Amino acid sequence: MKQLGRLLMIAAALSLLMLFAFPMWKIILYAPQYPDGVEMHIWINKIGGSTPATLQNINILNHYVGMKYIEPDDIPELQYFQYVIMGMIALGLLAAIANRKGLFLTWTILLVVLCLIGLYDFYLWEYDYGHNLSDTAPIKIDGASFQPPLIGKKDILNFVAVSLPHIAGYFVGLSILLGFSAWWFKGKNARNEKTTL
Amino acid sequence: MKNRFNVKQALLTIVAISLIAILYHSCTSNMKPTAALSGDEAQAVYVPPGEYDEFYAFVSGGFSGQVSVYGIPSGRMLKVIPVFSQDAEKGYGYNEETKPMLNTSYGFIPWDDAHHPELSQTNGETDGRWLFINGNNTPRVARLDLTTFETAEIIEIPNSGGNHSSPFTTENTEYVVAGTRFGVPYPQKDVEISSYAENFKGALTFISVAPEDGEMDIAFQVLLPAFDYDLAHSGKGKSHGWTFFTSYNTEQKHTLLEVNASQNDKDYIAAINWKKAEEYMAQGKYKEMPANYAHNIYDESSHIATSTMKKSVKVLLPEECPGLVYFLPTPKSPHGVDVDPTGEYIVGNGKLSADLTVHSFDKMLKAIENKAFETTIEGIPVLRFEDVLAGVVEKPGLGPLHTEFDGKGNAYTTFFISSEVVKWKVGTWEVLDRAPCYYSVGHLMIPGGDSRSPDGKYLIALNKITKDRYLPTGPELTQSAQLYDISGDKMKLLLDFPTIGEPHYAQGIAASKIMPKSKKMYPIEDNNHPYAAKGEKEARVERDGDEVHVYMTMIRSHFAPDNIEGIKVGDKVYFHVTNLEQDWDTPHGFAMMGARNAELLIMPGQTETLLWEPQHEGVLPFYCTDFCSALHQEMQGYVRISPAGSNVPLKWNLGEDEVIQ
Repeated sequence: MKQLGRLLMIAAALSLLMLFAFPMWKIILYAPQYPDGVEMHIWINKIGGSTPATLQNINILNHYVGMKYIEPDDIPELQYFQYVIMGMIALGLLAAIANRKGLFLTWTILLVVLCLIGLYDFYLWEYDYGHNLSDTAPIKIDGASFQPPLIGKKDILNFVAVSLPHIAGYFVGLSILLGFSAWWFKGKNARNEKTTL
Repeated sequence: MKNRFNVKQALLTIVAISLIAILYHSCTSNMKPTAALSGDEAQAVYVPPGEYDEFYAFVSGGFSGQVSVYGIPSGRMLKVIPVFSQDAEKGYGYNEETKPMLNTSYGFIPWDDAHHPELSQTNGETDGRWLFINGNNTPRVARLDLTTFETAEIIEIPNSGGNHSSPFTTENTEYVVAGTRFGVPYPQKDVEISSYAENFKGALTFISVAPEDGEMDIAFQVLLPAFDYDLAHSGKGKSHGWTFFTSYNTEQKHTLLEVNASQNDKDYIAAINWKKAEEYMAQGKYKEMPANYAHNIYDESSHIATSTMKKSVKVLLPEECPGLVYFLPTPKSPHGVDVDPTGEYIVGNGKLSADLTVHSFDKMLKAIENKAFETTIEGIPVLRFEDVLAGVVEKPGLGPLHTEFDGKGNAYTTFFISSEVVKWKVGTWEVLDRAPCYYSVGHLMIPGGDSRSPDGKYLIALNKITKDRYLPTGPELTQSAQLYDISGDKMKLLLDFPTIGEPHYAQGIAASKIMPKSKKMYPIEDNNHPYAAKGEKEARVERDGDEVHVYMTMIRSHFAPDNIEGIKVGDKVYFHVTNLEQDWDTPHGFAMMGARNAELLIMPGQTETLLWEPQHEGVLPFYCTDFCSALHQEMQGYVRISPAGSNVPLKWNLGEDEVIQ
């Protein structure tokens, strides 16, 4: 079990690979005439949905109230954030090679900070889409905003909007847990070694 | 004294007569059987809002040329599918893409008389892939795709007249059949009608169905004497490989048939050994006969139908192909021929017979083996009635027409004249139950009731006449379907509901066999229509002489372009309209003022074309007809029409982004 900390660190780094296989976040809109819901998926590098046309359908809904079209090409984060993640995976693996407790902790804290920045960035985009409305919107409602919730449930006109992590999002959470565990077990091993000495 | 007595007697007599009259009147006015329901029927057919029916029923639209789709047990109508008739609502047969579907050797025929829907089968069980239906008037068979509920293909039947014994399928949909009800000169020629017996023939056509995509092709025809071939069913299980056709007018008369064709005590069921036919085809024993018939296919990716004329047909002659056809004598003018789920019993519903005749397949094979033939007609052996008879249901009712089965050993036969359904036991031939129909029942349908595995829960009687059953609607009244619960020993009437056209036959199938495969839209990336505009950037107008092609898109809630100028009187304007939506249940309509055809109703991802020939100068609006969104009323546009020869430039725009050519 001497290698447990190092193995956990490797697992923490590799967990982030899931960001390239699954969406990290989802926003689902429910209304009576959408029995299946309209489920938008946010990936590390693209925006999709439960059907190929989800984004088009969301944009059609949004245009009634003058929200901007969601054009993935206009969101620079979708371009560069994937490289940040690749960098984190590389750093995590390097930390595992170095097998230093301090590096494990630093990496994990860095990941937490990145997540917080990511969530804040997500909030800013949501705010922008929800408030920055066209002057020529067909339907105008005084004082209304159409900003979806950062996480949780919110009523927006006839829709209930639900915002939650998707599969890769949970793997990021797992990665953080694994990172802290790696640090903790590494420390424990070190302490055990000391006592046996 | 004598006088007084007489007065008293007279008074008593008057009172007595009055009492009898009142009693008689109240009796007759109570004869209408309305209160025959016991109370829990409503619950049996009640499907709460938002919940689904257990079965689909595909009901023939009769002389409307369409097929209607109902949910069972609720009797709620779900869709009318245009097949043989133009449908202005959907643009079917009016738009440029589907006009070829109605092409025939007689040109464009915008109507037909649809009779018998038939579901495709695999291993003798309905599989929910396709629905076939015959056009009786201009002989045709259509195939409907049950993922889209649209007509996918129509094939004309050459050298045939009155395609009535059609399109009954074989156990694995190897073939659907098309027997002619009317004898016709073969091939068609100018002859005296009185030369009927000499010049006329009856062709039974076997249409092959490709297992992967359902494409139909006329495999061969069997040329028989010019009897009237009325109905058909194919064998199943042990009788798989045979198809049975009823005939009447074996007298071969051509005038006053109601008398002249009702003289023979027995007519024939023609048993065709189509596996034998396949052998003869492989041996090249067919004759290639001249023909002229249309084969029309709708391509789901281009959304365009094409019509191809075919010029010959392969024909097998019974005298040259021993073992291909046998005649089974059957009393009297048999209408339906129905094969029980085991494949052993062949019911000949002799509509002018007092009894119901059932033949045995095993006995038929034995009689053929023994070569104990009564006679031969044009090289076709006639088997002896007693040799093939399995049993008789004695005096079951008047005017038997059709029989279906419940898979539990029972058969159900409709009686047109006595207006009832009679349940009887297969094998013992005893009558078990009878239930009245309101009125004059024709076909009946049990889901899977003509297959190897019936769903013996419901029975639907399809009635020709309704008289006083519904609120009157002037001289023309609706026909009806009546739903019975047949899960118990006794049939129980649950519901009756109106149908479109005359609902000749119907087919039923468990919803679970179709619902999961039902398409929600057409993916726009698969749209191969040559005039599709797959995005607003591709929207444009092009002129080619006096032809103008408008590549138009529609999405909630605008057209692109929505302002068009430079159109001239005398132009032929083709609006190629693509619905860019990719969501479930988001069709848009397109209606052009003054268009002398119909609207377009375009499904998400689909392209359809409307031809419009402007007659006068001016500015005419077009708009979306299908309420599509909160901004549906705003979904509109204008076309400016200038005089012929004017030099107003062609231009178009959407919003402020004006494009000028």
